[in-house]
Amino acid sequence: MKQQRLLVSLLLGCTLSLSAGAAWAEVERYVIDTKNAHAFIQFKISHLGFSRLLGRFDRFEGQFSYDPQHPAVSKVEVSIETASIDSNHAERDKHLRSADFLDVGKYPKARFVSRSYTEQADGKGVLEGDLTLHGVTRPVTIETRALGHGPDPWGGYRRGFEGTTRLVLKDFGIDYDLGPAAREVELFLSVEGVRQK
Amino acid sequence: MLRSTRQRFGSIAILFHWGIALGVVVLYALGLYLDELGYQDPWFNRAMDLHKGLGMLLFAAILARWLWRRVDVQPVPLETYSAFEQWSARMMKAVLYLLLVLVPLSGYLISSAEGQPIDVFGWFHVPALISGLPEQADVAGEVHGFLAHLLIALAVVHALAAIKHHVFDHDDTLRRMTFRPLRSSSRE
Repeated sequence: MKQQRLLVSLLLGCTLSLSAGAAWAEVERYVIDTKNAHAFIQFKISHLGFSRLLGRFDRFEGQFSYDPQHPAVSKVEVSIETASIDSNHAERDKHLRSADFLDVGKYPKARFVSRSYTEQADGKGVLEGDLTLHGVTRPVTIETRALGHGPDPWGGYRRGFEGTTRLVLKDFGIDYDLGPAAREVELFLSVEGVRQK
Repeated sequence: MLRSTRQRFGSIAILFHWGIALGVVVLYALGLYLDELGYQDPWFNRAMDLHKGLGMLLFAAILARWLWRRVDVQPVPLETYSAFEQWSARMMKAVLYLLLVLVPLSGYLISSAEGQPIDVFGWFHVPALISGLPEQADVAGEVHGFLAHLLIALAVVHALAAIKHHVFDHDDTLRRMTFRPLRSSSRE
């Protein structure tokens, strides 16, 4: 009797996990691996036209869903702590956090929510969505590349992308005069997601 | 008379006093100025370098003054001071000394927040000993600005009190912090 019950519950458990597994095969859900820092949001901006300044946002979080059969239904959502801007210079970062630029007291979060995604056979894609920065929400287009996916050595499953986009700072209400060479900022995104069970 | 006596301040204390007073006023003005400068201004970097370099030197002078004060004789309050004047002068002195340490210290914590040392006119660097505290540069910046305003406000009160003693009470309060002879010279 006891054995029978055990058998039933085992069978039931297998069926449940199988059907759940089938659902995962359609839309995979990933959490961006910021915990172990396998994701980066870097920016690049011209310094007077002579060189380019690089920096990054150290704290953000996000997730995405991905359907290998129908990439177009994929979705991404990322939330960035604006105060975590880091260009390796305390006074500059303080200035960038101030009301002259990001105004992090007033706008502590920047947010990206995808609207559409297209992917070619070679992995290159275009991700469109809305970016909210400095309190202004505008559509942005990110050129992406699917880099790879598969099981990791620690029993998980990962999937990674890269992306670049350009923003005109003034479009987001950031109009501090850095000179004509520095009106646009380039963003480079490197994102690795860990699949959720 | 390098050292102070019970009646008056010595040359070293006088030079420290007026040198640091001048430094505080110059740094305050420079601080207000560099806050207004835009990125394109020719003084944008220079004013900041000057403020930081002078600030670190002034910080060293303040610490040296504090050390000297410990080995020097302390002039006693004038007999003509009321109990309130004695008490308020002592409180003011304590708060001014405290602010003279906290203002440069908070400034130091802004620039060193991400581990970079502070360059003093290319002569030497002050290493970043404390960095990476949560919101260090921003919090230190707020504190630096607020305490600097407070320091100037209290220094004005301190100066007005000295002028009051000099002009209205005709006593030696101000004179004994200068190289001029005391009015009550019999007491020297």
